[in-house]
Amino acid sequence: MRSFTYERVSDSASAVAAASRPGAKFISGGTNLLDLMKLEIERPTHLIDISRLPLDAIEDLPDGGLRIGAQAKNTEVASDMRVRTRYGVLARALLAGASGQLRNKASVGGNLLQRTRCPYFYDPAAACNKREPGSGCSAVDGFNRSHAILGASDACIATHPSDMAVALSALDAEIEVVGEGNSSRRISIADFHVLPGDTPHIETTLRAGEMITGVVLPAPPPGRHAYRKVRDRASYEFALVSVALVIETQDGTITSVRVALGGVAPKPWRSAEAEAALLGQASTTAQFRAAAAAALMGASPRGHNDFKIELAKRTLVRTLTDATEQAERV
Amino acid sequence: MALEQVAGEPSQEERGPEAFSVSLRVNGVVYELEIEPRVTLLDALRERLRLTGAKKGCDHGQCGACTVLVNGRRVNSCLTLAVMHEGDEITTIEGLGTPEELHALQAAFVECDGFQCGYCTPGQICSTIGMLGELRAGAPSHVTADLGSPEIELSDAEIRERMSGNICRCAAYPNILAAIRQYASGDEGHR
Repeated sequence: MRSFTYERVSDSASAVAAASRPGAKFISGGTNLLDLMKLEIERPTHLIDISRLPLDAIEDLPDGGLRIGAQAKNTEVASDMRVRTRYGVLARALLAGASGQLRNKASVGGNLLQRTRCPYFYDPAAACNKREPGSGCSAVDGFNRSHAILGASDACIATHPSDMAVALSALDAEIEVVGEGNSSRRISIADFHVLPGDTPHIETTLRAGEMITGVVLPAPPPGRHAYRKVRDRASYEFALVSVALVIETQDGTITSVRVALGGVAPKPWRSAEAEAALLGQASTTAQFRAAAAAALMGASPRGHNDFKIELAKRTLVRTLTDATEQAERV
Repeated sequence: MALEQVAGEPSQEERGPEAFSVSLRVNGVVYELEIEPRVTLLDALRERLRLTGAKKGCDHGQCGACTVLVNGRRVNSCLTLAVMHEGDEITTIEGLGTPEELHALQAAFVECDGFQCGYCTPGQICSTIGMLGELRAGAPSHVTADLGSPEIELSDAEIRERMSGNICRCAAYPNILAAIRQYASGDEGHR
């Protein structure tokens, strides 16, 4: 690991002020940042320790929503009874990610900002436009089994690794940030992560020096919550495909539905296409299949990840089926 | 001249910034250290305090051999900086038991043959202590069926899932599971 200077800050204003220093980065849980610093993929010259900022509260909001402080650990959020009972999709997504040790350390803010686990991003000998803009992409014609089938570009086909962010996408969360002059703003989860295009090194709409202070959840959408993750191991592995779902049915008709996919795109993939194919329709297997087909309509696989299209469809159909307690029918 | 410079004292940039003063509380003992910011908690424990129980396996948070308890919570000591732990209560395997007086969980690992080479064992044991604390606090896991229930039964499936951050390359998993189960049921018996 390259050397750097270190400071611990005690309030948001001094954190933001310190971030104006060239080469500075915030550190919270450090579980992804230090991993990448050891490989010299991240090379900050100054670390600002924000892990002790008083930003770890989980608070009820007057509109029935919930505000989760950016410094709340993944374990705390997944264990909070309000999250478990009102935002089950979020608790399930958090529990499907990483290991117990990592969840105890990883913060909500850091989870949103974690980098891809594309093996070529992690390999300094490989070409990677995300790691080194303009160097090319070794994944496009490489071993791309784990890579994106939606939203990618010829410059980058890496997936976003977070499970939590997929649930936040289904919940229409807003990310609260503080920046220069201690001014704060909110960014919807849909606008927070960006597609790679020609600039895959730009991953979010955060401005230089801005710090995440919290995540605001609107009142939960009605219905059943589910998060289904398909991966190569039963535990402690990134998703090949995941589905975050909140769905309500009345008399066999879908009256409210939220669908987001993980493991298939460079950002949490809210599927407006699947939702449009489900809302107001009968909750039948045929309809679920139509929704799955709509969700994957624009998929463009790269060879080794061709299987993800069918896997994503089946995972979505299965999740919808389970959540609506529908017997499988042909 | 250039050659002399290479052979001589490293530049300030190469040496890194000035050491940082940090007070680490490990196994009940307070240590005052002058330490570079880039030193991980694991390296500080092993190289500076000579507490070599926590092991460096992958050094990337994937294997769990470095697991220690920070304020009672299990973490990967390889993925955190020593300077970030001023004032925290750190417990390593050395703080849980000694060769003369084994922790009951260590004794259960011996009795159940919960290891082969033993390299992952300190991490397995620290992780188990943390994991059982999480369970007592009602924290759910990926395999917990009912998220709304504060009481969670420690089934084999729960143990396997909750211990997935600790790899055993000798694959002593069935006996690790047996050791944890034996210790945890004894734990319940004492209540």
